[in-house]
Amino acid sequence: MVKVVLSENFSSLADGCGELELKVDNYAGVVAELVARWPKLEPVLTRSSVAIDGLIYQDAMYEPLKSDSEVFFMPRIEGG
Amino acid sequence: MAEATEYKQIGTSPVRPDGIDKVTGRAQFGADMILPNMIHGKVLRSPHAHAKIKSVDLSGALAMPGVFAAISGADFPGGALEGEASGEGGGSLTDIAKNVIARNKVLYHGHAVAAVAASTPRLAQEALKAIKVEYEKLPPVLDVVAAMADASPLVDENNFTNLPEKPENPSNIANVGRLERGNLDEGFAAADIVIEREFKCPMAHQGYIEPHACVANIDETGRGTVWCSTQGHFEFRSATAKMLNKNIADLKFVATEIGGGFGGKTVVYLEPLATMLSEKTGRPVKMAMSREEVFRATGPASGTVAKVKVGLANDGTITAAKSWIAFEAGAFAGAPYMPGAMTIYAPYKLENFLVETFDVLVNKPKVAAYRAPGAPQAMHAFECALDEAAQILDMDPIDLRLHNAAEEGTKASYGPKFPVIGFKQCLEAAKNHPNYSAPIPEGAGRGVAVGFWFNVGMQSSAEVHINDNGTVMVVEGSPDIGGSRASMCLMAAETLGVEYADVRAQVGDTESTGFCNVTGGSRTTFATGMAVTQACEDVIADCKRRAAMTWGLDEDQVEWEDGQAIPGPGVNADVKPLSLAELAGKAAKTGGPIQGRASLNAQGAGASFSVNFADIRVDRETGKVDVLSYTAVQDAGKAIHPAYVEGQMQGGAAQGLGWALNEEYIFDDEGILQNAGFLDYRIPVASDLPMIDTHIVEVANPSHPFGVRGVGETPIVAPLAVTTNAVSRSLQQRICELPLSPPRLLAEIDG
Repeated sequence: MVKVVLSENFSSLADGCGELELKVDNYAGVVAELVARWPKLEPVLTRSSVAIDGLIYQDAMYEPLKSDSEVFFMPRIEGG
Repeated sequence: MAEATEYKQIGTSPVRPDGIDKVTGRAQFGADMILPNMIHGKVLRSPHAHAKIKSVDLSGALAMPGVFAAISGADFPGGALEGEASGEGGGSLTDIAKNVIARNKVLYHGHAVAAVAASTPRLAQEALKAIKVEYEKLPPVLDVVAAMADASPLVDENNFTNLPEKPENPSNIANVGRLERGNLDEGFAAADIVIEREFKCPMAHQGYIEPHACVANIDETGRGTVWCSTQGHFEFRSATAKMLNKNIADLKFVATEIGGGFGGKTVVYLEPLATMLSEKTGRPVKMAMSREEVFRATGPASGTVAKVKVGLANDGTITAAKSWIAFEAGAFAGAPYMPGAMTIYAPYKLENFLVETFDVLVNKPKVAAYRAPGAPQAMHAFECALDEAAQILDMDPIDLRLHNAAEEGTKASYGPKFPVIGFKQCLEAAKNHPNYSAPIPEGAGRGVAVGFWFNVGMQSSAEVHINDNGTVMVVEGSPDIGGSRASMCLMAAETLGVEYADVRAQVGDTESTGFCNVTGGSRTTFATGMAVTQACEDVIADCKRRAAMTWGLDEDQVEWEDGQAIPGPGVNADVKPLSLAELAGKAAKTGGPIQGRASLNAQGAGASFSVNFADIRVDRETGKVDVLSYTAVQDAGKAIHPAYVEGQMQGGAAQGLGWALNEEYIFDDEGILQNAGFLDYRIPVASDLPMIDTHIVEVANPSHPFGVRGVGETPIVAPLAVTTNAVSRSLQQRICELPLSPPRLLAEIDG
């Protein structure tokens, strides 16, 4: 099962859920499942960065996931 | 990642290709463009920090001979705009549009209210005086902490704190960030010592030497070209088009040479005004800010108030940390409150922590990104608290950090597990540096602090064209701020197996190359470099195909080595290797010109850490601060052009020292900036600083073909706390408020 972690700024839109496990095989599946459960997350997730097994993606979409992957949503980072 | 570590081109430091043009004055910066029939635009700016605009009468200006057009906020399409400006501190495009020109309220002193275009700059300036604006003054909101109170006057009565459930009442707090882990009570109960302090960092400007400038030339069909000083011409085109309700295909944006940006040139100010004035007049319009306008109306970095409480065990283990940081956003939401929250504890293994950060509106200029936005202020607070703890525990400050240092596999305070990082290597390199074992000069203090930035990837494009003599032309879309053209040439030369001298690089305009995000976030060498490398690999694949055709072999029987096609191992072919020049010379017979291209959204940027230390002495009679030595250590992943990496480290140290020692926005009670010029806003000059010694650590980022991490942001993070810690140790009393200017230090000494 893929472990999905929602930090405070995301979990506040997901009834306080900070961590869950999903049976999905790519990133798009994670987003679809989260939005189905908590529609308010959709605009935030589309603007967020995500760390998949520690590797930060600014714009993930169909990245494959392993059965023990960790997906961590985090605010988008750019810089100066 | 490429296994080879013995590079022929990468790791050398050739002279930058734009160097001669820049030192001879030949380079064309934003204000250097001159076109036939060109006229000049100027901006009328608010004399108040907070006021309603009751009316704007442009007729007086329009009646003046030589004045071609005058515009105000009413000329711009209203309503919400989709999208955001790039960079932390960018904010929504809807707000950026209101920052470009005020609509019904002015929100800071210097806020643009109207603009004119006239035959000369002087006439345009005179015409501004003929514009009549009727204001209704409102109380300015100037103190970030007071602004957070329920009873505070509101900067924007339509601003509601961005929470899952919309609050009942509006507020000056635009956004709230929060990260926590573990149990604070248990963590502080396990502590042997607890440090609790409040720190302040002032609002400070990026201090780029070249003011904002552009020339717009729009024809009667609404199409045209804008030349501008920018960190990202593609995103400037997009923002300008949206604000003017134009098709982006009708606008070409050209990035001129740029005299510094540091994040401050990631958002538009003049370009939509010049475009509209040009379209109205049918003439090219040049607009260039004065230094005063740059200070009053373009993005500074947030001022902050930070409260930090940290507990440590006697062995130096950090048992708990709690922080609260208010960031000044200026007049519109968009302070780097989340990066502040995400960076403050990032270098450390922490089990119990909480950080809350706030994006707070005040009647000051809207902040913009400044190298590692949010990190210098946040990490200043925590790094100073740790230094005090090291003194109390009688521990070497590097040892204290080594004891708590994050490493590969550590769950970062901002969430994910770190992949391979070089923080411990930086700490060890600093500790082993000869400057660290040198005795501390009498009366001086030695300050130590660390820095961190995530670095980013994002979208980049590149094309590589091979000339018929085998020389190489790289075209990419990242404005060159820190020498990136040289780095692109080095990566192209290394990949193709040719000499650096045979490669040229050009920053293409928005019609000449594919989309590139802004030069920011330390992403250009990482992401655009990745695009250049892939475009070169595209060329190599084509060359191998052409060589195979020439030799009558299959493509997979040909390899590329040292800039030439050769038969692969075991291939029985009596042929002479074909060099890039030979293949290019016969390109017409093998399919036409040789070129490669790549467009990508680079993922997997590698975090960069730094360790800085300095010896600083304070004259107790005058408050004068002397920086006696400064050493910067940083993990670059791989230094493509080591001299430019060192330049980034030295530049960041100099800017951070300036922010720490003297730089601050000084407002009066009415919100009028009192020091809008380099005479009164003192950035460091050469005589203020010692040689900044550098040491580059190279812990390769596995996501980049050459291991690049990116180096531009991290260098400014540590110097604020390094300076405060050194000054505090020199004075033997903790100082918590920047800048450490002589008047403030004298007050601390006397206080």
